[in-house]
Amino acid sequence: MTRKVLEVNNVTMQFGGLIAVNNLTMSADYQEIVALIGPNGAGKTTAFNMITGVYRPTVGHVALNKENITGMRPDRIAQRGMARTFQNIRLFKALTVLDNVVIAQHLRLKSNWLASTLRLPRYNAENRLMYERAEELLTYMGLWDVRGEISSSLPYGAQRKLEIARALATQPTMLLLDEPAAGMNPAESRELTGLIQGVRDHFKLTILLIEHHMDVVMDISDRIYVLDYGNLIAVGSPAEIQANDAVIQAYLGVDEDEA
Amino acid sequence: MAKMASKTKQGPGAVVSVALTAALLALMALLLWRMQAGIKDVYIMKITRLCAINITLALAMNLINGFTGIFSLGHAGFMAVGAYATALLTIPASNKAMMFMIAPLVKPLDTLTLPFPAALITGGLLAALAAYLIGMPCLRLRGDYLAIATLGFSEIIRVLIMNAQPLTNGAMGLRSIPANATVAWTYGVALFTIVFMALLTTSSYGRALKAIRDDEIAAESMGVPLFNHKMLSFMLSAFFAGVGGGLLAAYNGTIGQDMFRVTMTYNILMIVVMGGMGSISGSVISAFVVTIGQEWLRFLDGPITVGRFHTDGVVGLRMVVFAALLLIIIVFFRNGLFGTKEATWSGVWRSFGKLRGLGKRGEAA
Repeated sequence: MTRKVLEVNNVTMQFGGLIAVNNLTMSADYQEIVALIGPNGAGKTTAFNMITGVYRPTVGHVALNKENITGMRPDRIAQRGMARTFQNIRLFKALTVLDNVVIAQHLRLKSNWLASTLRLPRYNAENRLMYERAEELLTYMGLWDVRGEISSSLPYGAQRKLEIARALATQPTMLLLDEPAAGMNPAESRELTGLIQGVRDHFKLTILLIEHHMDVVMDISDRIYVLDYGNLIAVGSPAEIQANDAVIQAYLGVDEDEA
Repeated sequence: MAKMASKTKQGPGAVVSVALTAALLALMALLLWRMQAGIKDVYIMKITRLCAINITLALAMNLINGFTGIFSLGHAGFMAVGAYATALLTIPASNKAMMFMIAPLVKPLDTLTLPFPAALITGGLLAALAAYLIGMPCLRLRGDYLAIATLGFSEIIRVLIMNAQPLTNGAMGLRSIPANATVAWTYGVALFTIVFMALLTTSSYGRALKAIRDDEIAAESMGVPLFNHKMLSFMLSAFFAGVGGGLLAAYNGTIGQDMFRVTMTYNILMIVVMGGMGSISGSVISAFVVTIGQEWLRFLDGPITVGRFHTDGVVGLRMVVFAALLLIIIVFFRNGLFGTKEATWSGVWRSFGKLRGLGKRGEAA
């Protein structure tokens, strides 16, 4: 029996007169890779922002591991096991690679600020563990050698990887990737495909991603949701989506002779 | 973790660095002790103590403005709270009765006196409480709005002080505050503040504050509760500003609401910007430079004769020079002396190496 990690039920997001996402229902099972695709302006990022708490949905609710997280603050949602990356990379730019990954573990810290400042033994133990985990993660992602570099000085691809490493450092059960392959060449995006699958298996994650590179999407997704003008127009396996008329019309337009 | 980050071994190791720091501190303590015993010039000793007070005040401001990236201009208000609390709790009861002529001082305070350290801490705690009340609405704002709101609240505190006659003696201010701000107290508090800030900013909480400074949205998505952490930083900053204000009251002997105008905030801000927003060692060095510099430039306020040109003295000319200096720093060294970095012994070693290298190149050519 599969366990639902993410459930989005009849969610609508309205900005004034504009309905950005209309009555969206979707879900992701344990260790499933689900993709959310659609033409520009279809409402994918809005859906992401509702799930991660940046927006509060006008109608409907979102649940993570059976817990209702609708309208919760992003940091609370992160504490409950949801991590994300950003479409336009948002690293802690002035800090080192190592610091980026260590900071992302702050939410698991149990010591309070005074105990931390006074370096009580419990804090020291927790702190040491943070650095050990950071070493593990950075080694896994192949970034350990550049741990001392300022994160904004890394090449683009490495910054994307660091964002994933930082998200993993929060110890999530659900990982949301907002266009992880944006700006990558075919070789890099092939590497990324392997990485995402590896991360899913290694960290026992459920993954939801937005992506425009169709080869990446078709390669790794177990299930695909297609949005167009805020409406869900199709759900299915990669093969089903590729053969779906509504999807083809949304992406390529309607043949004038038929219309 | 700085040890791990340095890839090539340059300069002294960790043990040597600690030893050098200890040696520097010992040298500093010895110097202060000798100065206290040997220098009879009250003026020089006053400036020496003011340097230490400014270290405390600058570090307090650096925590919120430099490390957390919140542009707050409420410093003078928090200093005022600390200064008045310390003054009211240390002035002897007989002097209080004499001073409050228009309206007598409110009940428990008129006879209550506390030991100096207890008064300082109370002042700090009250400033932190003020920060909590101000932070509630203000910390939800961003950037310029927050700066304007904190500036406004700081002025409100000043106006309240001016009008709360039975508590603060209004516009007449407070006199005969016991001169507790000795070299030992001022430098002791400064050292405590340095150590506290160094430990806080390198702890997980300090790292989270830096993350907020770098990217709020990303920090929140990584599970850092923004409001809660900003409030922590704001209250701690106010606490140390309050303690610094208390020291300043004991240092001056008299205080009035007029001392705590926006200019006071700008003076401290200048130290912080000059030293580098987000650098503890920068603030410390800059506190010495600015405090001594402001005194040294005092001759500008007096009569000046340059060749055939003569003025009888323009009061405030040194502030004009300082403003120009601040402009130059902001235009050419936007990050101050150290930016967000700290002065380290290996850094000193490297700059000496560079100097030697330059010398050698000079010889070769």
